[in-house]
Amino acid sequence: MKNPIRETGRVTLKLMAHVTAILALLYSTISWSVMGPLRGKAARRQSIFEQMVFAGVQSIVIVFFISLFTGIVIAMQSAYQLKQLGALIYVAPMVSISMARELGPVFTALVVTGRVGSAITAELGTMKVSEQIEALETIALDPVRFLVVPRFWALMIMLPCLTVMADLVGILGGLIVGVFNLELNAYRYISFSFDLLTWKDVWTGLLKASAFAGVISLISCYVGLDTRGGAEGVGRATTLSVVISFILIVLVDCVLTGLFYFSNV
Amino acid sequence: MSDKAANEREVVIEVKDLVRRFGNRTVLNGINLKIYRGETFVIMGGSGCGKSTLLRHIIGNLKPTSGRVILLGEDITDRYGSELDKVRKKIGMSFQSSALFDSMTVGENVSLPLREHTRLDKSVIDIMVTMKLELVGLRGFENLLPSELSGGMKKRVGLARAIAMDPQIIFYDEPTAGLDPIVAAVVDKLIVDLSKKLQVTSVVVTHDMKSVMSIADRIAMLYEGRVLEVGTPGEITNSRNEIVQQFINGSPDGPVRFFQQKGDYLDDLTQ
Repeated sequence: MKNPIRETGRVTLKLMAHVTAILALLYSTISWSVMGPLRGKAARRQSIFEQMVFAGVQSIVIVFFISLFTGIVIAMQSAYQLKQLGALIYVAPMVSISMARELGPVFTALVVTGRVGSAITAELGTMKVSEQIEALETIALDPVRFLVVPRFWALMIMLPCLTVMADLVGILGGLIVGVFNLELNAYRYISFSFDLLTWKDVWTGLLKASAFAGVISLISCYVGLDTRGGAEGVGRATTLSVVISFILIVLVDCVLTGLFYFSNV
Repeated sequence: MSDKAANEREVVIEVKDLVRRFGNRTVLNGINLKIYRGETFVIMGGSGCGKSTLLRHIIGNLKPTSGRVILLGEDITDRYGSELDKVRKKIGMSFQSSALFDSMTVGENVSLPLREHTRLDKSVIDIMVTMKLELVGLRGFENLLPSELSGGMKKRVGLARAIAMDPQIIFYDEPTAGLDPIVAAVVDKLIVDLSKKLQVTSVVVTHDMKSVMSIADRIAMLYEGRVLEVGTPGEITNSRNEIVQQFINGSPDGPVRFFQQKGDYLDDLTQ
């Protein structure tokens, strides 16, 4: 019979070790990004570009559909409530504000975790179990600089871009419902959408997107580089990285939303 | 080689009292080795005796619990990052699973160290890649991906990548494992040829006895985390040590027991 106190302690220590290691990865990613170019060892632009195409450009279709339907759904759900108040036109800002503040960044991040984060973990995990990471180290190339830095910056740049697109497409989805079902004037719908949308709504959303980009890239790289145990290990690592990223995205979202809500930034 | 001759030669690798524990398990238990410039040194031993672990300590990928590793005159025991990389640029390693980068072509794999560590012009690098691939007999395969190669070809590309930077020492981890006898003999011949042509020191970890006898200048026999015996192939063949004899003859009976179960057999059956 295992001692429950000892087990709790053991699990806590293990967790702390992982957290410390992830923070160390963040530190070395940042320091390679800053110091690398100064020492003439910048991450290759080509590989950042390749990652940006993979993480960003190739995610456009899925992000488009997810946010279009999200926009449509919020428009319908809020119309159901607002109809009773006789304030149907408020569907427009309802959609634009909730997309910008919350649903755009969060849904985009979740989609990108599933599509890009899992691929990063699977790729780095396979490299780890087939000794490719060790081979990199042996030819004096730092895996953080070579593999993590391009993926980190690709997501840091592309996730906010995708989020902006998601916001706009979500508003388009709301517009479709507004015009064809609620019989609102399209021009009025659009101007009302943007009139009530403040800068704060937009930049807090984009700040969230950057934080999620950090979470996705660090977790998926860390779990990938920490993979052990062959093909099965890669599968396990991929699942684990998606699960942890999902939980952390929602957690970080909760913390940031609370911060913006309670502080009058 | 007599001891006197050995003393006059330059030591390129020195391992002093190396101990490595993983948890409660002691994998390396006080290893002492000296490897001289230009020789082909084979570390042999059964599966799980710690020979790959020893190799990873020598190249600095693992750090010992205690003891020191001196590689090319530099104590790398406590070195990390760029300090360690300075020494690593002077060595090459051929991995058991080849460890080619899947996303790069053969040419890109071989040229990667050159592109990253030198300021050579692309045309010069292309020529060097062609030369390295010629040495391993794969010239003309530059544009294939690793997934399009056979196991033996991958090993040879891995070798071409290991020698890309003209290293002073080449390490081989199980170079013939998983290869058919002919390809294994080709790889063995390649190891001998390379050390002659390039005048490099080779350190080979293997348990393939046929390969050991055909390439080794000196052999170290590893058993249960200790160096049991060091000597030339002739000395090892004539060793009086029963473990060494059992290993080189590949016999199932002897001091090395195959059965490693814990606890009493009868107890397990009657429980």
